[in-house]
Amino acid sequence: MIIQKLVFYVFSALLIGSSTMVIVSRQSVRAAFFLIVAFCASAVLWMLLEAEFLALLLIFVYVGAVMTLFMFVVMMLNLDKEAVQEKFVRYLPFAVVVVALMVGVLVFAVKPGHLGDLSVAMKAHHAADYSNTKVLGMLLYTRYVYAFELAAVILLIAIVASIGLTHREKSNNKRQRVVAQLEANKADRLVVITDMGVNE
Amino acid sequence: MNFTAPDFLPAIGEMFTLGMICVVMLAYLFFDKQNRGITYFLTQITLLGAAVIAISLYGHPTEITFDGSFILDPESLLLKIFILLSSVFVLMYSRPYIRDNEIAHGEFYLLILFSALGMQVLVSAYSFLTLYLGLEVFSLPLYAMIALRHNRPVCQEAAMKYFIMGAIASGFLLYGMSLIYGACQSLNLQEIVSMMSLSVDSQPMMLTVGLVFIAAGALFKLGVAPFHMWVPDVYEGAPNAMTLFISTAPKLAGFALLLRLLVEAMPALFPQWQYLLIAVAVLSMAVGNIIAIAQDNIKRMLAYSSIANMGYMLLGLIAGTPRGYGSATFYIIAYVIMSLGAFGIITILSRKGFELEKINDFKGLNSRNPWLALMMLLIMFSMAGVPPSVGFFAKVGVLESLVRADIVWLPALALVFAIIGAYYYLRVVKVMYFDEPIEKTPVILESFDAQLAISINGLAVFFLGLFPTTMIELCQKAFLA
Repeated sequence: MIIQKLVFYVFSALLIGSSTMVIVSRQSVRAAFFLIVAFCASAVLWMLLEAEFLALLLIFVYVGAVMTLFMFVVMMLNLDKEAVQEKFVRYLPFAVVVVALMVGVLVFAVKPGHLGDLSVAMKAHHAADYSNTKVLGMLLYTRYVYAFELAAVILLIAIVASIGLTHREKSNNKRQRVVAQLEANKADRLVVITDMGVNE
Repeated sequence: MNFTAPDFLPAIGEMFTLGMICVVMLAYLFFDKQNRGITYFLTQITLLGAAVIAISLYGHPTEITFDGSFILDPESLLLKIFILLSSVFVLMYSRPYIRDNEIAHGEFYLLILFSALGMQVLVSAYSFLTLYLGLEVFSLPLYAMIALRHNRPVCQEAAMKYFIMGAIASGFLLYGMSLIYGACQSLNLQEIVSMMSLSVDSQPMMLTVGLVFIAAGALFKLGVAPFHMWVPDVYEGAPNAMTLFISTAPKLAGFALLLRLLVEAMPALFPQWQYLLIAVAVLSMAVGNIIAIAQDNIKRMLAYSSIANMGYMLLGLIAGTPRGYGSATFYIIAYVIMSLGAFGIITILSRKGFELEKINDFKGLNSRNPWLALMMLLIMFSMAGVPPSVGFFAKVGVLESLVRADIVWLPALALVFAIIGAYYYLRVVKVMYFDEPIEKTPVILESFDAQLAISINGLAVFFLGLFPTTMIELCQKAFLA
């Protein structure tokens, strides 16, 4: 039990620290790496809750696929460091006031007493043959089937929207016009000038 | 695990829409080159079909299905019918605009269909999860739609602004939902109501903070006063056809969101959200009506007018009675009909390479096309609340419900702002009828669709004002059941 607590606090601290670094680090590549650390730390927290499927999904999908893509984009964009930093300093006082207000309200509102009994013990451990994946799958396709389908619709919208926004015919592009090329004939292209206007 | 298949019948409209979206997508891919009209007609058939389904389901007893995440009730059906019909009109108005400005028409129609699907989902959502998903399904296509006109940087800017503001609003909404979930341990509206009535005395602060976040998110989407900054910029920057869509059906969906979250999920917190809405409503009416006077861009003017109108609509919710909710529903439907007409005229008067934006572009419209000028006159009178028009009865309805709830100072204040507002609506009428036209050429509408749509729309404003009883009763009945 004590080991579990230790793991929880260490990785929570890591999560908070790396998340903070994501927003304050100067280089965007470094920020992306800190985001990966944050994902890994939260995967460990999922593990502690015995939600091994979600933990692995976070690492496979986010760290493995999404962040890799993200790194490519960050490296290709070549962001202007100075400009980012300048804005960060300029908006800092305002941001500090807003954050202080929000934290104040939340600490005032969400005191431990308001959350009911926080010292709820961890649920009993599941049996060895308990499959987190199977339970999740059952829930997704029965109880939450409607919400699950809607999430799929959102992905479809993303596809249609991104194609609509990126696949566009430029009006000034230099592409060959195949139809015009095939329709061209000798009479259109070739003008025979008999009188060259050159007399001896 | 015991599982019984949910009753699919209540969601048949949504399923039809989604199925048809796939058909439209394939038709656009394979047959659009040979037959350019096919995407348009299939889109219209989808929307009309879904509207017919909603009408035929009307009178079906209230039913909750999909494990409490979907509700079929008269109120959701009523809003669905108007969401779908207004989308049909949007398409009729914007077809020539889309063609003239060489906007990718298939993507535009598909995004409208997706958005209409999301709005249907949202108005019949009965848990926080489906409410949020419905909200995203309907607003994501809107962001993309504005950016579809890629040769105008101002459109890109508007799309970006709308997207970021929308994302912040969604963040607020989710944060509030998580607090309420923490206190009530459920996402289902029905369970939240019962849990909240038990816990409202033991943990009022946490619920109130959750309420404030949720209300901020939902009011952001509606575009009311302290959260209104994006409205004029987005209305102005978006291409006219997209402004037309943003200003109509999404208002109905935003209204449904507010209704479900505040009225249905948190009746236990009524005193708290009543104060909140009073402040928001007064601020909206003041900001909307006063700043609109200074605008010479008609899209910005109508944007401020929408802020003011949303403030009036909130008055019905503030009353806190079924009668008040009914009159708020009638108000929002009447507003959508008027806004549809006003932005519809702006859209059909825009031509290739000419975006109608200034109030002065309406100069002498009467001598160029008297019928269009008459329709615009009816709509402007209705927005100003001149008697035999639908806007008059809408305003009377919300004010009356407030008086019946023994709140008298608020209707009095609302009347003062309505009189201020009459100025800028009547200015448009003055410009159309008494100013010399800049261009003398008559306006001829080539598109039969648009001509038909604006005639029906303008006359609906007039006749719903002459015979408002049926509509008002429909709206009232939705809340008395």
